[in-house]
Amino acid sequence: MTTLRQIAVLGRRAFMRSIRQPGQLAFALVFPLFFLFVIASGLDRASALPGFPADSYVDFMFAIPFVHGALFTALNSAIELGRDIDTGFLNRLALTPARGVAIMLGNLAGGVALVLIQFAIYFVGGTLLGADFHAGLLGIPVLFALAAMGALAIGAVSMMVALRTGSPEAVQGIFPLFFVALFLSSMNMPRNLIQTDWFRWIATLNPVSYLIEGLRSLVVVGWNLQALATGFAITSACVAVSLYFSAGAFRARLTRT
Amino acid sequence: MTHVAFAIAFRTLKKSFTNLSFLLPSLMFPLIFFVGFAGALSRVDQVPGFDYAPGYETFQFAFVLLQSAAMAGVFTGFGIAQDFERGFARRLMIAAPRRSGIVIGYSLATIVRWLLNTSFVFALGLLMGMDVLGGPTDLAALLALGLTVNVIGTLWAAGVALRLRSTQAGPIMQFPIFLLIFLAPVFVPLGLLTGWIRSVASVNPFTAFLEGARSLLAGSTETVAVAFGIAIPLALLFALWSFTGLRAAERG
Repeated sequence: MTTLRQIAVLGRRAFMRSIRQPGQLAFALVFPLFFLFVIASGLDRASALPGFPADSYVDFMFAIPFVHGALFTALNSAIELGRDIDTGFLNRLALTPARGVAIMLGNLAGGVALVLIQFAIYFVGGTLLGADFHAGLLGIPVLFALAAMGALAIGAVSMMVALRTGSPEAVQGIFPLFFVALFLSSMNMPRNLIQTDWFRWIATLNPVSYLIEGLRSLVVVGWNLQALATGFAITSACVAVSLYFSAGAFRARLTRT
Repeated sequence: MTHVAFAIAFRTLKKSFTNLSFLLPSLMFPLIFFVGFAGALSRVDQVPGFDYAPGYETFQFAFVLLQSAAMAGVFTGFGIAQDFERGFARRLMIAAPRRSGIVIGYSLATIVRWLLNTSFVFALGLLMGMDVLGGPTDLAALLALGLTVNVIGTLWAAGVALRLRSTQAGPIMQFPIFLLIFLAPVFVPLGLLTGWIRSVASVNPFTAFLEGARSLLAGSTETVAVAFGIAIPLALLFALWSFTGLRAAERG
């Protein structure tokens, strides 16, 4: 079996396992849209601030469900990997001809396949809420691709934790850290309009800001190549670094067992 | 009953303070909300019509104070459900001479946990330059309002947990509270909300709590009576809900 085929088989397993947990799936679908709904309604007046980049706050927040969905689903995939380690499934899998890279990427691929379906639902939901997507039809695959890169980055970091600790609880435990990263970004306000200096600095250093700004540019501007290039470059770097360390953690885990 | 209540409260607090996975979420989420909203959105106080004298940090502090009060109760509900799943609650019900002490004990523990969380958020708020115009009496009233909301949250979640006795009931405990919290004037005053959310927020009891808390922080007593006028009957109603839940668990 080729490596690609192995990735496809393991990805399918990860995908099926996720959709068989309707509770988690429903939360990952409902919460991001609910959050968009209430925040955009509650902060609608903020779009009247001088220099605010979007016509309405719902346009400005349209990208956020994609990041929330990426976070929930990628983290759930890593929790499942932690469970596979905890129950000994990974050890049994290691006895098969499956390659390490296929085991790691298969798990990520299952999560990414699921978020792509979620993204389609967020897109329809956001549009129904009145968001105006300026990048047009061609922008939709770019929006999905960048958000999927975000899911890969979060998934790769979470996978690294799963492989290092072998504990689903430990992976669950990093959720608040991602949540902090999300809140300390330009999620709620453009960086140039953040009045509190220290918050603006943190948001500027936070890679999540660049993912959000890349996604947001497609909604509120159309095609801003600089925002998109920065978004893709930073998320790709996060994916590459996390995969590198995940590979090390994977080898160490198999050596130990 | 007092012995049972104190024993339950001690056990719950010990479990909370010695287990990071219990302590961190309940402590971190109010801090994240406060820093995230007050830090990022402070320019919102320049929106035309926003006229809250103490400033945006204080405006958000009132929200985080009450949000954490209500959500602390939900976390207690999770704990009760978990105790049932692990069989501890059954043994407890056999051992306790007065079972109403069980609900009171969980409520006491939640109050202590919430007071700790609030102290952290308050300290952080002061570090971030939060301005409190209310005097000691106003702050005492604010604390009483927060405690009442905390008790409401605990009694609601306890009632659900005692009836369903499963951690899978978590969303049933959490989601109604989450809806009430966010369908209120969280980011701007009620007068600046528009459309459907204004209609919903106008009849949402959490709006009255928020407006009461914001008044007290601004040194005013306007809308405070309305807040307590709604909170106290609600607390009594949910006391009935949780104690009938306890009866259901006894039959159970």
